[in-house]
Amino acid sequence: MAAPPDDTLAALLGESSVLAPAGRSAAAIAELSWWLFGGATLIWLVVIGLSIYAAYFGPRAHDEAKVRLLVVGGGAVIPTLVLAGVLAWGLWLMPQVKPPLPQGAVEIEVEGLQWWWRARYRAETGETAVPVANELALPVGRPAVLRLTSPDVIHSFWVPALAGKMDMIPGRETVIVLEPTRTGVFRGACAEYCGASHALMSFAVLVMEPAAWEAWLARQAAPAEPPASAAAQRGMAVFTEYGCGACHAIRGTEADGDVGPDLTHVGSRRTLAAGALPNTPDDYVRWISDVHEVKPDANMPPFGMLPEGDLAALALYLDGLT
Amino acid sequence: MEDRMEDRSDAARREEIPDELQARRETIFMIPAAPAIWAAHFLASYITAAIWCAKVAGRTGALDGARWLVAGYTGVALLAIAIVGIWGFRHHSYGDATVPHDFDTPADRHRFLGFSTLLLAALSFVAVLFVGMVVVFTETCR
Ligand code: HEC
Ligand SMILES: [Cu+2]
Repeated sequence: MAAPPDDTLAALLGESSVLAPAGRSAAAIAELSWWLFGGATLIWLVVIGLSIYAAYFGPRAHDEAKVRLLVVGGGAVIPTLVLAGVLAWGLWLMPQVKPPLPQGAVEIEVEGLQWWWRARYRAETGETAVPVANELALPVGRPAVLRLTSPDVIHSFWVPALAGKMDMIPGRETVIVLEPTRTGVFRGACAEYCGASHALMSFAVLVMEPAAWEAWLARQAAPAEPPASAAAQRGMAVFTEYGCGACHAIRGTEADGDVGPDLTHVGSRRTLAAGALPNTPDDYVRWISDVHEVKPDANMPPFGMLPEGDLAALALYLDGLT
Repeated sequence: MEDRMEDRSDAARREEIPDELQARRETIFMIPAAPAIWAAHFLASYITAAIWCAKVAGRTGALDGARWLVAGYTGVALLAIAIVGIWGFRHHSYGDATVPHDFDTPADRHRFLGFSTLLLAALSFVAVLFVGMVVVFTETCR
């Protein structure tokens, strides 16, 4: 089977440019970058200009005092001042990129695993936490505190358009604050090599208006709706029969496994398996029957032995879990 | 242009050697003194902040006390480096051996030791300032 075109996945996962920031700390970093690019260009032009002058226009002895001024000034004093300025800017920026934890923030625990993302939204009001996987949503204009951990190896949480990177380290909790400033879909990725399928460990962050976000969260909190058609019902039976529930939870059914992603609303995600595939019934078939062709070493066994009809029913069922 | 070695007569190579320098034992240890102070300042600041955040304030706590300690280290280190630098400047100013001070004469050796010490002191001074700048902007252990 041919791989899906990369631009399809890229479009599904969303924007990922540090130069088009959609978050407060990403904007601060982008601004610093532009000044650095500009400054570097200016210095480059001056140095190249001087070289051209020296080679073509002024190949003769120059006044010694002026030359000394150029060498000491241009070689020591100006670089020291420029570096001091850039360092001061960077140091001044750091507390803004890593602010004190804000009050009234959305709180999310995020776990990076080989090679997917598990997250839990801390309950806003008394209810239990909402488990999600491989896709996050955030309300625009409100800070979110993400507590990051890893049960296996070091990963790094990076949504380029929203903020800098933060490592996810086994045995330790790190924290990153995201403050989205505009709505949209933004790509997140693992930014620390973590094994065979490191490059297939992405996720989309949906930044929404607060009301839409509330609705999204309520939907994710709800149990799965019963299968809508007879075919989907058959898919649900296949799911139980082949023991998928040992690793996956579908809230509202018997399936309560904890090894793989929560599938209660898997059909609502933009991509499958942490950005490895788009999310259509065909993609489910492909994933379930040939996992390791799609995602090398993924911790799910392939179920290529399933009869075609069962596979199609399973795909229909899962795709309907919106 | 007068410094080009091949242009020199033997007399110029020997240069005028002040008698006092002939007998003097020079020390090489002023050259690494300033960078050593820089290293000590860096280590002391780092260890202080690490212990403060691990044992006193906690991982998200305020850095207050540690900031003042580092500011203190910075003052002491800058003063010590300035003294080393002045020592170097004095040595460099004595005698009239010509740059780049690379002849094997006592006069060249004297000025060379002073000049190297001075330049490294200047570098170390700026470096210690850069290290010290961190606590101006950093308020917490995060
Ligand atoms: C041994 C545990 C295990 C079993 C059994 C298992 N899975 Fe998985 N599954 C996983 C893991 C782990 C992942 C995440 C892999 C990755 O993305 O790297 C996963 C991912 C998935 C995904 C993608 C989820 C997402 O968020 O995009 C789907 C769909 C899925 N499994 C369906 C099934 C079905 C259907 C079955 C039964 C036929 C099944 N799995 C059996 C462990 C398992
Ligand atoms: Cu990873």
